[in-house]
Amino acid sequence: MSELDIEQYKVTSEPYYEPQDNEVTWYQAAYNARLPVMVKGPTGCGKSRFIEHMAHKLDKPLITVACNEDMTASDLVGRFLLDANGTRWLDGPLTVAARIGAICYLDEVVEARQDTTVVIHPLTDHRRTLPLDKKGEVVTAHPDFQLVISYNPGYQSLMKELKQSTKQRFVAMDFDYAPAKVEASIIARETGVDADTAKKLVKIGGVARNLKGHGLDEGISTRLLVYAAHLMNQGISPTDACKMALVRPITDDADIRQTLDHAIDSVFA
Amino acid sequence: MTLSTPTPEEKTLPSELQPFREQLKCSFEMIDEVFEDCILDAQRRLSDEGIKAYLKGASLICMIGRGVEPVLQYMEVIPELAQKVGEEVITLISDGVWEASRTPNGVSIPPFMATLGEAGRRLGSLEHIQHYLEILFDMMERTTGSIHGHHTTEPSPGLPDLLNQMPYLLSQVSLEGLKNWVDYGVRNYGDHPERQRDFFSLQSADSRAMLQRERHGTLFADNERNLGIYLQALWQDKDYLVPYSTGFDELRQPVPYYDKLGMRIPDVYDDIIDNNNGNMLVSGIDRYRAVLAHMVAHRRWSSPIIADNFSPFQRITIETLEDARVEYLAIQEYPGLKKLWLSLHPVPIEGECNQEGVSCIRHRLAMLSYALLNENHGYQNKDILQTVSEFKALMQSKENTETKDIVNIALGYITRTRRQEDQAAKIFFDNTTVDYRDDNRRLWVFIEDGDEEEQFDDHENKKADEEEEIQALPPRHYPEWDYNTKSYRPDWVSLYESLHPSGNPADIDKLLEKHAALAKRLKQILDMLKPQNYVRIRYQEEGSELDLDVAIRSLIDYKSGSQPDPRINMSHKHDGRDIAVTLLLDLSASLDDIPAGSSQSLLELSQEAVSLLAWAIDKLGDKFSIGGFFSNTRHDVKYLHMKGFSERWDDDVKARIAKMEAGFSTRMGAAIRHAGHYLGKQKADKKLLLILTDGEPADIDVNDSKLLLKDAHKATAEQDSNGIYTHCISLDPKADEYVSDIFGSHYTVIDNVNRLPEKLPQLFLALTK
Repeated sequence: MSELDIEQYKVTSEPYYEPQDNEVTWYQAAYNARLPVMVKGPTGCGKSRFIEHMAHKLDKPLITVACNEDMTASDLVGRFLLDANGTRWLDGPLTVAARIGAICYLDEVVEARQDTTVVIHPLTDHRRTLPLDKKGEVVTAHPDFQLVISYNPGYQSLMKELKQSTKQRFVAMDFDYAPAKVEASIIARETGVDADTAKKLVKIGGVARNLKGHGLDEGISTRLLVYAAHLMNQGISPTDACKMALVRPITDDADIRQTLDHAIDSVFA
Repeated sequence: MTLSTPTPEEKTLPSELQPFREQLKCSFEMIDEVFEDCILDAQRRLSDEGIKAYLKGASLICMIGRGVEPVLQYMEVIPELAQKVGEEVITLISDGVWEASRTPNGVSIPPFMATLGEAGRRLGSLEHIQHYLEILFDMMERTTGSIHGHHTTEPSPGLPDLLNQMPYLLSQVSLEGLKNWVDYGVRNYGDHPERQRDFFSLQSADSRAMLQRERHGTLFADNERNLGIYLQALWQDKDYLVPYSTGFDELRQPVPYYDKLGMRIPDVYDDIIDNNNGNMLVSGIDRYRAVLAHMVAHRRWSSPIIADNFSPFQRITIETLEDARVEYLAIQEYPGLKKLWLSLHPVPIEGECNQEGVSCIRHRLAMLSYALLNENHGYQNKDILQTVSEFKALMQSKENTETKDIVNIALGYITRTRRQEDQAAKIFFDNTTVDYRDDNRRLWVFIEDGDEEEQFDDHENKKADEEEEIQALPPRHYPEWDYNTKSYRPDWVSLYESLHPSGNPADIDKLLEKHAALAKRLKQILDMLKPQNYVRIRYQEEGSELDLDVAIRSLIDYKSGSQPDPRINMSHKHDGRDIAVTLLLDLSASLDDIPAGSSQSLLELSQEAVSLLAWAIDKLGDKFSIGGFFSNTRHDVKYLHMKGFSERWDDDVKARIAKMEAGFSTRMGAAIRHAGHYLGKQKADKKLLLILTDGEPADIDVNDSKLLLKDAHKATAEQDSNGIYTHCISLDPKADEYVSDIFGSHYTVIDNVNRLPEKLPQLFLALTK
């Protein structure tokens, strides 16, 4: 695997991340002990950004896999492909990560089927190996290898739940939307809007988050607030930008739309 | 009819008007007194043809034999009306009156003439007036009674009342709404003179309810959820919103307020329209939001102060400043509120109140209030300017101002501006009513007990009150379908919901033990039904996509010369169970019966069946709730919760089922609607409402046996359109006669009731497989 370009997995420029707590220290400790980490939190609150940030900080390659229901174990581990001379084994992202000592980040892991997620088990305990049964090889993980999964407890349903045996292989970190002041500074820093506009955006975000469980499954994420600020930078009026970025995507419920539109008008008077 | 004999007045009629007088064939003396004015008015407004028709019509009305009154009304109203909507209206009205006079309803003609002025102003076009007359004539024909069949002899009882209410009705509803409302009254009370009068004079409750439904504007009933979301989202506050009626209390308009029972707001708000160009200034829903925002601001930032030390004037000044203070704070949070509130706040004009002996206290306070809200008020009064700057200084000096901080500013203002005339009985009211503000009753505590004592409760307890769960819920009103008229009776049934009382859960465990063998069999079926969600089927010759791993293996086989496996595709199958079920139990008195050939009562059998079913569903993990109902007239339908969707099959639930009791009647429609109300809110692909009953719907206040049957049928149809599948399990051996009328083909009759405990879970499994 010497021809593999490790550099492509490196995070070259430092992603901006504003710590809300001691999560940087905690993560570093978990990495030093090579413990698998689970990050939990609502969508768009900065989980993926945090992992990128940490990969950069630790100067390790990062391999991200967006999980979905159609994913099979071969998609993670690898499979035989055909070429002119017969067959050729191609490593999957998990195997690559284990070989080169990358941080492997399985995003939204509950979306993958439960039988698929089982393949990560041997990598996440003391064995730190990955058996490739089809190939007849056991890959021993590189000392730098670490597995991280993210998980949004928002869509709780019996179907979308991790197995206990999977859960109990990770140390977990909770993420949530940053407190208003921090969130405003994140938006300002990320998009360059002025502090006052950022504060107003956060206020609208807070209004929608109050409705979580009262007609909304999720509040407006920091990501969407950032989108709204980007739209404003493009010259869209604040109210239109908010309606486009914050309200229309998250709900089709007429009552909630009206209320959020009203909140936007009230805040950007 | 001959020409009138000359009278002294007539002699004074100018000679050029004499020919007109001669065209009017009517000899009442009073006509002559007003004739000149009327005809001059008519000349100004009408064409020659119009005047001819006008006088001809007046002559016609003179002949109907109802005295001079209708003629005078006609002569007075018609010119203006005809000018406004067109001269065709003249003959339309006179012919109409003539026609009415040929029926026993002559007595209604004067009130009818009296409505024309208002109708002309409100309706404004010939088509509308025509439509209006049609509604009235239709109502008249349908309510005019006949004793012996073909001659109509009894006058319409409701018509005079209807006409008396007409100005109000026209101000509240559109013509379409008026027609619906009148139709409803005629249909339901056509043969009951007293009730008809109650209805058309707006005395009866359903008359008001019907009218409410037809009203224009933004109805609270349509926006309850919207406003609840508003409170929750913008203010993180939550309370009962209780509407009060604005329509019927003309003398003393109620004002919004809040107390420990909830926030009281009007049942309807019309949009505020700019009179000049017809643009909408403030929508009805925004007016609701303005009221709620103001009240929430009080709830958040006001604390009660002791009232006894202040005079009434001092108190209203403190209230004004306190209103301004909480609004200031709210505007800091949501700047857009300022625009909203300003658009609803009256704009008092400086110096507007300048009469002798008139109290200007309200005017001065309204000016102050306006100046506090709008810095571009432009007032010159130095007391107002001083108070505004004191207020500003206070608000900017610290973040957490309190109610008591503004007391001194308020007292200063009222002391400086006091006038002798403030005590006068005549008060200047123009531009002083801020209708989005509440009455501030929660701002005061009285040390000395007054009569109002109960309206005030401890501020300290306020928080605790809010957190305490409300035990007794207010009734929920449901409509009922009247198949005779093919319309809903609005808010007809009052349904009270509560938790079912608890008994001993061990009884249910014993019942389950008794059926242990059956439970075992059920469990085998259940295991097969366990949800798998998304299942991949591999090794398919034909499927939705290529199974890459298998395909490569086949290709390798093929290339190496052996027989390849052709089953290289895979497909997916959805095998999840996402079902929400509500089991609705009929707890009416007949449940106590012991069916023939059985040693147990229906109640006991139901208990066993329900327990087994609940156990089975719990094993499956489906969302499941159990409710029971019985009724005692439409005013008292009880809905008892035995198991909620979020509850597990535990001792609490078992205890409630153990306490099941039978009593009263079966008003099924309301119970179905209520169960559907909760079931509809569940998130599930399939929703199933199972109804376990032992007889047909009936109640002691309904004589027509088909009425509740049809209503129940309608209720199931409503559920169907909501995506809820309704299935009835009837224990009544004679159920075949009626049950299909209610549930269509969605029913099962259990003949051998002893087998119910076995049948019910099986039925459920068969339905949901």
